[in-house]
Amino acid sequence: MRSRSNLFLIAILALISTPLVIMYVFQLIDSVSRPALGGFLPQTWELGNWRFLWETIDSARPSIWRVTFNTFVFAASTALLVCAFSITAAYALSRLNFPARRFFLAGLIMLHAFPTITLIIAIFIVLQFLGLYDSLIGVILVKAALELPFGIWIMKGFYDSVPWEIEMAGVQDGASRFRVWRELILPQVKPGLAALLIFSFLAGWSEFILPLVLAPGADAQVLATYMNAVIADDMRPDYGLFKAIGVFYALPVIAVYLLFQKQLMNIYGGGTKG
Amino acid sequence: MRIHLQNFKKTFGDTTVIEDMNLTVEDGEMIALLGPSGCGKSTTLFAISGIHKINGGTLHFGDKDVTNLPAQERSVGVVFQNYALYPHMSVAQNIGFPLKVQKLKTAEINARVGEIAELVQIGNLLDRKPMQLSGGQQQRVALARALIRKPDVLLLDEPLANLDAKLRLEMRSEIRRLQRETGITAILVTHDQIEAMSMCDRIALMKDGRIEQISTPTQMYESPASHYVASFLGNPPISFLQAKADASLDLGHGNALPLPIGKAVQGELTLGIRPEHFGPQHDGPKISGQISFIEPQGREDLIDVMLPCGQKLRAIAPSGHGLKLEQDISWGTQMDRLHIFGADGTRL
Ligand SMILES: Nc1ncnc2c1ncn2[C@@H]1O[C@H](COP(=O)(O)OP(=O)(O)OP(=O)(O)O)[C@@H](O)[C@H]1O
Ligand SMILES: [Mg+2]
Repeated sequence: MRSRSNLFLIAILALISTPLVIMYVFQLIDSVSRPALGGFLPQTWELGNWRFLWETIDSARPSIWRVTFNTFVFAASTALLVCAFSITAAYALSRLNFPARRFFLAGLIMLHAFPTITLIIAIFIVLQFLGLYDSLIGVILVKAALELPFGIWIMKGFYDSVPWEIEMAGVQDGASRFRVWRELILPQVKPGLAALLIFSFLAGWSEFILPLVLAPGADAQVLATYMNAVIADDMRPDYGLFKAIGVFYALPVIAVYLLFQKQLMNIYGGGTKG
Repeated sequence: MRIHLQNFKKTFGDTTVIEDMNLTVEDGEMIALLGPSGCGKSTTLFAISGIHKINGGTLHFGDKDVTNLPAQERSVGVVFQNYALYPHMSVAQNIGFPLKVQKLKTAEINARVGEIAELVQIGNLLDRKPMQLSGGQQQRVALARALIRKPDVLLLDEPLANLDAKLRLEMRSEIRRLQRETGITAILVTHDQIEAMSMCDRIALMKDGRIEQISTPTQMYESPASHYVASFLGNPPISFLQAKADASLDLGHGNALPLPIGKAVQGELTLGIRPEHFGPQHDGPKISGQISFIEPQGREDLIDVMLPCGQKLRAIAPSGHGLKLEQDISWGTQMDRLHIFGADGTRL
């Protein structure tokens, strides 16, 4: 009975995911083969599409490794910033009684649901004013700021599920509030922190619009804008090359998901409590 | 260390939970704060521990005024209802945490952890995580952690509420033993009258943020200050009867008890009769009625008697009495144990 219904579920899931799987498989196959003209089955096998790995594909563009490094720095800094601010801000919102706490909470929920793309012009002007336009630092700050409401909200959920008594016990044992937070409370929300770290890293890794608009220059290019440039600039788009870069771009994401799926699931486990 | 709470007041926002409360716990004494849910027991406890700021009044430990000291600087050990052990630390780290905060040397911490672990009999569990312990063992760890600093005061918030019946019995005597051995002044919060009576030197019975009566368990049981106190203590509970006093205490429909000697009573009254003071084995003035329920308890049976006036009286009869349901009886009442309460609930 149990395994029958499980099989049924698996069958439905398989059916729904088949188109996705086919897309990934073809992406991979196409990147190392050339189809017949007008057809789609691979005809000849070749690694030419992957030439971007060892040569600069266009004299005007930075090398792929430089761009990958940029993407990594962008995603990692965003993730670290989001986590650093989330663990402190969320604790304050969850536990401390300070003026305008309700206002901050309400603001958080609103920002969480806000279509951030509508802010892009304002952000553009602010960055230009600060002299951070067209720099990686500028995009990192903006991306981190936009991810923060989500991060704080998730971490607040984790803090809320830590019993008050642990905190009281720590205080009674003579520890300061800060020490209680660092030594007794923070370890309890570690699973949430790990999930948030990975999650915001992936969000940074796949961000496209912000770098495109706020850092269009060659120096601050990330993989998403690099791909966009490859396909947009040429008179005759090289789809094989585009697909190969796509595979290259997606590989770390897939690896992260495979390695850390358990940690990522935590976000749905502990983060549900308002 | 003597605890002296004077004119204590506590409010949460606009609601006043406790007003003008006075409580003194003598050095080395263990006292119970007993009362129904929501009467302010935990609030009082956390005010003494320093977790809650108090809104009025003063608190002294011995001669020292600790009213405005933060929790960290009061020498108080607390055992929480859910034990509040630190889940990511081993038992030894849990117990040693208060000493680590005091920056003692690791060797000394280890020695003292070992010592206290022996006292609460968990010496073999020091490497485990709290998750790997039974409820009773977690309780012992929580006690050890509260006691390791040798605090002036030990506070226990419903420490036995999460244990099963057998373990509760065991930990009851265990906590009392520890309290006696360490000679620490302790306050136990509970809503279980048996716990309060069996573990503590004195009981403070609370109602709606006030202390209704404070005295030794026996005194409280034998001479309750009010209707409320009498109803709270005793298992099976005391029975109350409405009566009218003139020439006798008239229960209606032919049942009457003589007026108590030396007490001037008049008008509408409530009588309190404990089950163990009414039954076939007692002499004294008779009350007649019909048996409406028999609950065998082994050594003795609980018997409900329906009086002709429609009120119910509970009796305890030694088993082997041969009584039957709906049998008419007329049993003696121990007049010297009869409680009489006035209209306002105070005992006359
Ligand atoms: N933080 C708070 N904010 C507002 N009201 C509170 C707060 N804590 C307690 N109260 C109120 O104070 C009253 C006393 O609460 P307290 O926790 O002391 O009860 P208690 O006697 O310990 O009950 P229990 O046996 O259920 O633990 C209750 O009416 C409760 O609703
Ligand atoms: Mg309570």
